[in-house]
Amino acid sequence: MTWEHKTDQSLVESHGLKHDEFDSIVQGLGREPNFTELGIFSAMWNEHCSYKSSKFWLKKLPTTGDRVVQGPGENAGVIDIDDGDVAVFKMESHNHPSYIEPYQGAATGVGGILRDIFTMGARPVANLNALRFGEPNHPKTKHLLSGVVEGIGGYGNCIGIPTVGGEVNFHPSYNGNILVNAMTVGIAKKDKIFYSAAAGIGNPVVYVGSKTGRDGIHGATMASAEFDDDSEDKKPTVQVGDPFTEKLLLEACLELMKEQAIIAIQDMGAAGLTSSSIEMASKGNVGLEIDLTKVPMRASNMTAYELMLSESQERMLMVLEPGKEEMARNIFKKWDLEFEVIGKVTDTKNLVLNMHGKEEACIPINILVEDAPEYQRDYTVREPAGEYQIDPNTLNSKTIIDDLVIMLSHPNLCSRRWIWEQYDHMVMADTLVRPGSDAAVVRVHGTNKAIAISTDCSPTYCKHNSFEGGKHAVVETWRNLVASGALPIAITDCMNFGNPEKPEIMGEFVECIRGMTEACTILNYPVVSGNVSLYNETNGEGIYPTPAIGGVGLIKDISKTKTIAFKQNNSLVYAVGETKGHLGNSQYLSIVQHKELGSTPVIDLNKELKNGKFILELVNQDLALSAHDIGEGGLLVAAAEMSLSSGIGITIDCAIKSHEFFFGEDQGRYLIEIDIQNDDTLKKLSADHGVVVEYIGQTKDAVIEIKENSKISIEELKNNHEKWFPDFTK
Amino acid sequence: MKSHVIVFPGSNCDRDVAVAIERISGSAPEMIWHKNTSIAESDLIVVPGGFSYGDYLRCGAIASTSPIINEVVKKAKAGVPVIGICNGFQILIETSLLDGALIRNNSLSFICKDIYIKPENTSSIFTKNNVVAKMPIAHNEGNYFATSDTIKKINDNDQVAFRYCDANGLINEGSNPNGSIDNIAGILNDNKNVLGLMPHPERAVELGLGSDDGKYIFEGVLK
Repeated sequence: MTWEHKTDQSLVESHGLKHDEFDSIVQGLGREPNFTELGIFSAMWNEHCSYKSSKFWLKKLPTTGDRVVQGPGENAGVIDIDDGDVAVFKMESHNHPSYIEPYQGAATGVGGILRDIFTMGARPVANLNALRFGEPNHPKTKHLLSGVVEGIGGYGNCIGIPTVGGEVNFHPSYNGNILVNAMTVGIAKKDKIFYSAAAGIGNPVVYVGSKTGRDGIHGATMASAEFDDDSEDKKPTVQVGDPFTEKLLLEACLELMKEQAIIAIQDMGAAGLTSSSIEMASKGNVGLEIDLTKVPMRASNMTAYELMLSESQERMLMVLEPGKEEMARNIFKKWDLEFEVIGKVTDTKNLVLNMHGKEEACIPINILVEDAPEYQRDYTVREPAGEYQIDPNTLNSKTIIDDLVIMLSHPNLCSRRWIWEQYDHMVMADTLVRPGSDAAVVRVHGTNKAIAISTDCSPTYCKHNSFEGGKHAVVETWRNLVASGALPIAITDCMNFGNPEKPEIMGEFVECIRGMTEACTILNYPVVSGNVSLYNETNGEGIYPTPAIGGVGLIKDISKTKTIAFKQNNSLVYAVGETKGHLGNSQYLSIVQHKELGSTPVIDLNKELKNGKFILELVNQDLALSAHDIGEGGLLVAAAEMSLSSGIGITIDCAIKSHEFFFGEDQGRYLIEIDIQNDDTLKKLSADHGVVVEYIGQTKDAVIEIKENSKISIEELKNNHEKWFPDFTK
Repeated sequence: MKSHVIVFPGSNCDRDVAVAIERISGSAPEMIWHKNTSIAESDLIVVPGGFSYGDYLRCGAIASTSPIINEVVKKAKAGVPVIGICNGFQILIETSLLDGALIRNNSLSFICKDIYIKPENTSSIFTKNNVVAKMPIAHNEGNYFATSDTIKKINDNDQVAFRYCDANGLINEGSNPNGSIDNIAGILNDNKNVLGLMPHPERAVELGLGSDDGKYIFEGVLK
């Protein structure tokens, strides 16, 4: 195809726009865009902002339900948690910037997701994250891990929102592209939610927060491209976070939200002033006219192009009721923040930008939004990995406890204490269940109810069977909520994948979505918000498919909250759900035998639902003393975790004592602890529910013992379990 | 019972303190914005934790020049009980109401976890319960440091309020979370009416949160 435009082709390409995309801009405008307009199209039409490769498939996810107040499409999803209260939440990626500059990349990831939540009128009450790093012996891993953890802590600790949970794992597929996914949950009143649709012709458009500088220009475009060996050169596109200013912005916004003054509000995240103004105009089906000379600036002589594309942090755009400007200005002045009326709502349906009396841009909003490219990219679905027949000679049952120690000492299963002790997870004084259990549990302030939150994903499951992996990511969070005694309500998703222009990667995406859709539908567990991060590739090597899921559930009475810690000696421990011993694609195979082979375990969603409901019934009848889902690592790892977090041991005396039984990763299972006097009740109840329960053992002393096999003291196991992170990061 | 909690830009434990005080005393404290210059008659003033002014300069340094500080110092010198928690402790040190300095944790990282403290002074209104108490710490700069003369002075004058210890009250290196000299977790002024401490008693006022031992510190003042 030949280039027929006056605009320099290389300039267009450096803006990440394809030839035919530029053609459609010219067609839409009826002329070639000027430099500022080209920048705006680049910012709006990149993958990060436009979802052009993913939109078609995302529409297939179930997004409605009895408790869904707001599904995808706003700054965050909103669910009803009774009594006129709602939980507002979303998870978002900050992968590309965190690889380039881990501290600031991660910190601004937290800052960005926090703004998404309080923009909607909610006070943030919990931060979580989902992190993936390359293999530990990769030269960059230690630096990236330390920087990301410090950055997340640096931001969350300062602003005073507890970081209550998360997940992390290590795999070579992330050597060149780490993943930093940050999630925030906030609480608001159902009748006090704020949206982003601009309205009221002539109403003032107001800029609040920090000044605009030259930082982060083209951040979203950078995040929509692959890396090569020169990715370090992209450092100037990473923003710098200021959690102190965000704290002031949070308090000022919530203070103003108590007044009847805000018509619409939108945070300036990726693509800053560009995406926020266009989003507000598009949602409200109106135009906006902005005088860029009024934008508070950190640097002198900033151009229209720079002002529109800066990703300076801690900024918001609002449409106010006319006449409320002075009252609002006083609130922001009290908090020492910028407040400027920079424009007005118009009926032109155009985005008009003026600077020094000159029109710098005039673009019909619909061209930017509705005419944005949308692709149905080609995809091919890989055949899922087949069964792996393990050589029985490699399974010496005498070494079961030795293997347990190896597994619990491994970076992917060891204690994450080193991470979460760097996060203030108790500020706000409502953290009922701290990091290290199945889900974090945070009380709704001033009430007797709580929300449970969990993030999860198993990328190796997704790689070797994207459909089952997608199901699993959803189900794992669901199980974590159930085991905490919560009614699971809805999820947010953060879809991290490689280059969607490769049919095989697109196939992974499509299959994960298909699996998630099936799980969400059967579990009545819809998606209410999310984010897509594509092009996680370096030199052509993509990451494993990683649909990180954040699930939120409701605990109506905090006295019903469950943790994984054993509560007393001489309790009975049962496995709920059937154990067949699926060792394919398991942690045992990966950690002990160094093999990534075999099939991803299959989830029977109807059994999953039945088993989960049974657990909640036990919780409801106060029969379960503690509960833990059986996840990666299998049954023995789960039992050991219950001991490690309580100091109470277990004597295991079940019928089968094999590697398959102890380390298999069959799905839909939980361990529960019940008082010995409730044994008959449990058996009757499980029969009534048609649920398989299997006796595992009895809690006892401070030792984990497999009868007629081997044992270890909790202290010794703990020493091994706690060692890896401190040693690695020394 | 009248109490006051100072709020700086960047304070983030102000609400937690207010909730704890109301829980223990039955009456909510008055929140005082840092730009105010006076505090009404008070039975307790709390300078809460957080990151005042982002702690971008030395922790507490900017807050110690806020308009309200003169009034806090005046009231403290007049004998009103004052507690500075975490960042509040750092601020009180910057005002010179308390001796010493709080430097970077010896681990060089932020630490948030439960610890135990044991009163050393057992006669002040904050410490007279004399029990080993469990409560969280959450700080980057909580490593108490002072010259040997100052350490001698605060020891001789019974100004060490709390030392870090283990669950059994043993004061040893293993129970020192941040490298503080002699496991010092909190100190008093000469008159013993001003307390600064790094641990967060306001986060330990109900068992559901992990401990209610924080009440021991407030009760002497609030009841």
